[in-house]
Amino acid sequence: MNRLNIIFEKSPAEVIVEHLEAVFPNEGCGFFFGKEGKIRTVTHALVVENAKVGDQRRRFEIDPFDFVKAERFALEHNLVLLGVFHSHPNHPAIPSEHDLKQALPYFSYLIVSVMNRVAVKATSWRLNEKTGQFDEEKLLNHNKFLKSTTNV
Amino acid sequence: MSKIIIPTPLRKFTNFESSVEISGTTVLEAVKDLTSQHPDIKNHLLDTTGKLRSFIRIFVGDSDILTLDREHTKIESSTVISIVPAIAGG
Repeated sequence: MNRLNIIFEKSPAEVIVEHLEAVFPNEGCGFFFGKEGKIRTVTHALVVENAKVGDQRRRFEIDPFDFVKAERFALEHNLVLLGVFHSHPNHPAIPSEHDLKQALPYFSYLIVSVMNRVAVKATSWRLNEKTGQFDEEKLLNHNKFLKSTTNV
Repeated sequence: MSKIIIPTPLRKFTNFESSVEISGTTVLEAVKDLTSQHPDIKNHLLDTTGKLRSFIRIFVGDSDILTLDREHTKIESSTVISIVPAIAGG
């Protein structure tokens, strides 16, 4: 039974999809915020620049100062910095080995597969510190990440 | 006392406090004071020789200490220090 659950409100889901489709074929990235609970509820998303030097179609990197600003945003708005999103252009929404190597405890990692500039699937993952592997968390409204159904 | 902001993924090591008051006159002293108050966070910040781990960045206010005097950067009582883990993937 999956004990990890996350739900995105419409607004942050739209912000994320719009950005990740716009930066295709490069990877896009950012943070999301909200409330902790039995179900993590995401209420805000913050797009940041992919700071990776080199091929951004297969890698992303977040500028350290963008992380500082994200933590400040969370504190100022009484929100929790719940995780990081990024896209897999023309690849499935499955974590790569590089994603796992860089994963931090606690964070939810939302991955959106963008095929030919269209978001087609989203998944969310958390690092299991005991196994060193990702556990998939249930993305309760994954259809909000498909542009044609964002109003569903 | 200066203040150090704990990144969300490491807050379970600080009793879920988002910031901790610390003493010290340099960044390294401040980090060591933090690790003495919350020993479980030590391995995530310092290597076995007591130096800051390479994948951890420290900001003093808006400035990365790599652009200042690194771990010897001076701090004052009003200084806000941020710990920044590397975030990347593919």
